[in-house]
Amino acid sequence: MTVKTKATTTRRGAMRALTGGIAAASLPMWARYTHAQSAAPIRIGFQQHRTGIGAAYGRWYGRATEAAVQLINEGGGINGRPVEIVAEDDGTDPKRGAEVVEKFANQHKVDVGFGTLFSHVVIGSAPRAGELKLPYFVVSEGTHVASGMLNRYTLQPGITDVRSQVISMAPFITDTLGKKVTMIFPDYGFGYDHRDALGPAIEAQGGEILERIAIPPTETSFTRYFPRIPRDTEVLYHVMVGPGVLTFVKELGEFFGGQGPELFGFIDSLEAVAIDSPGLEFLEGSHFWEGMCRHAQPDDSEHAAAYRAAVGVDDRGAALSDARDVSTYGHMFGCWETLHVIKAGMEAAGYAGPQDRAALIEAVEAMEDMPESLAHPQGAKRFNGRTHQVFGHQNISRVEGGRLIRVHRTSIEDTLYPDMVDYTAQPF
Amino acid sequence: MEFGPHLVLALIEGAVTAAVLALTASGLSLVFGVMRVVNIAHGEFFMLGAVIAWWVTQSIGGHPGWGFAAAMVAAPLMVGALAVAADLTVLRRLSYDPERTIVATIGLLYIIQQLTLMTYGPEARPVVAPFDARIALPWPERGAEGWQIGWPWGLSTTAWKLAVIGAAAAMVGALWLFMARTRAGLVLRATQADREMATAFGIPVERVYALTFGLGAGLAALAAVLIVPIRQAHYLMGGDPLLLSFVVVIIGGLGSLPGTLLAAVLIGLSDGIISVFFSPTLAKIVATLMVALVLVFRPQGLFGTRAP
Repeated sequence: MTVKTKATTTRRGAMRALTGGIAAASLPMWARYTHAQSAAPIRIGFQQHRTGIGAAYGRWYGRATEAAVQLINEGGGINGRPVEIVAEDDGTDPKRGAEVVEKFANQHKVDVGFGTLFSHVVIGSAPRAGELKLPYFVVSEGTHVASGMLNRYTLQPGITDVRSQVISMAPFITDTLGKKVTMIFPDYGFGYDHRDALGPAIEAQGGEILERIAIPPTETSFTRYFPRIPRDTEVLYHVMVGPGVLTFVKELGEFFGGQGPELFGFIDSLEAVAIDSPGLEFLEGSHFWEGMCRHAQPDDSEHAAAYRAAVGVDDRGAALSDARDVSTYGHMFGCWETLHVIKAGMEAAGYAGPQDRAALIEAVEAMEDMPESLAHPQGAKRFNGRTHQVFGHQNISRVEGGRLIRVHRTSIEDTLYPDMVDYTAQPF
Repeated sequence: MEFGPHLVLALIEGAVTAAVLALTASGLSLVFGVMRVVNIAHGEFFMLGAVIAWWVTQSIGGHPGWGFAAAMVAAPLMVGALAVAADLTVLRRLSYDPERTIVATIGLLYIIQQLTLMTYGPEARPVVAPFDARIALPWPERGAEGWQIGWPWGLSTTAWKLAVIGAAAAMVGALWLFMARTRAGLVLRATQADREMATAFGIPVERVYALTFGLGAGLAALAAVLIVPIRQAHYLMGGDPLLLSFVVVIIGGLGSLPGTLLAAVLIGLSDGIISVFFSPTLAKIVATLMVALVLVFRPQGLFGTRAP
């Protein structure tokens, strides 16, 4: 007796056949994948201050990043792979910042993290980046990297730090403006870097700090702090951040009413604010530190001009599409330069994937002189691999006829200070 | 700075805070008094007022006074209309349930704030005051030749700050007249006193609620238009006024206009004086402490009446 096998199609059989069919049909797709791990994009996690008190910076850091990535991709990407930015909002909040870093490492699977500005967010996020072994390139200005409080995975190769800015400014302040200085600074990490660096720097020049006035960065009304400025102050050193900066500078003018001390400010006090805003006329003749000059200077290099055009900013530092939309020009070049350092580091390390993260950090640590170029439009830089901090030229501008005119540019040597840490001694 | 000029400066700064606070908080107090709705989005209506003022003054050329006058009219009307719409579409559907309206207005807060961020942007933008002369204040000083009038460094205010104090006082006065002397005010007070009885007497309570919510938001917007030439329009600016308005309204007694006024002056001046002589943080601590003390010893507030 023979048993006839039924020749009908069962549901299970159909599914099996279908799965096989899909696998066969998709063969070319994953065949491409296996040999072309290198064609997948390099993913850079961008920790962006889209909301919170850093939102104005975050928006322009975003635009500078976009422009840099476009340039890098037009030039063939990194190691022949396109660059893709994965932006996440951290709300300018340290706790959220650490969560964003975790998201980058575990969910988005990015190659490196990048782009944080506000120092409390950096200080809140960097330990997590170190634990997750995610290279973390900050664009913050804080001295927290070079001070040694962070870790081997955190680097700041695209923007100089407060301590080097302050020590290179101090001789100019005491020589040309006055020796009795009162300082106003934001009451958090970045402000403390100013507070800690300025005193010794001014005293080294034979000057003194009369009073240190800390103001919370979320403050909206400032007149009430100004009576603490001593009457014999010769120079008022001011640096503020946050949404109230225009009110701060305006109320400063109303308080002094054209009398008052000389003013030396960090452009942070006016980032994203037009210098010809109503009520700021009194700034005429005062001085500002600028990382990169907001208003185009007659002696700008071709690279600086090309950078200005690429980020879509006019010669007064406002968006080409809207003259009222003023950029954070003094800082945002840091994103552009950092991305180019990441590119150079990945190419030197032959970076292929997350397994090469340590090699990438070693490659960046090995960098020294970075000549002025389209990758470094702000000027030449010198990277210190031991402290993970870059050093560069600083600018002092004077307000003349509603324009910021550069009157002094420091050398890189003016900004150097002894190492406070050697990160290369730390294990990966 | 010497004590005398320092104190004068503190009083002027405090008076500006108090004036704006009185206007903002009376909006919050009105909404709570009549509707029993705790409006967490009140600070965002304040912020919207400032943002609309910026937008209106930008669109109207000529002398800044014209743009500002237009903003004084347009901002409260537009914000009020938005609040009426929010009342009709959200609060009414929740039957003005106290707990659910709190959650709903929290949602409203985030929606307004984030929409402003998406459209207006993260920058703080300035509005030009119609007039803004700096006024240096004289102070008697004892010099070599006896008493003299001097002009101490830093002792100054601006014409606009004085105008803000005057305008806010006038508007709060007008609000009081409206509540006490007009038929509409009578209807509002009747609804506040007893909703069911008001309904029985033919008062269209739901329409009254919608208009009250609009009026409360409009007052916040008006306060913001006054202050925006001093502090720029920014999408996060609603936080502080909301907190201080609650402080004022709790101390003064929820729903009581005179209590709100007195508490606003108290908080504004103490904020000015404490923050000038000690620190702004201490001023916030003292204000919060006052709220705690009032809640412990006089839960209905200084002028409030106990719930029947």
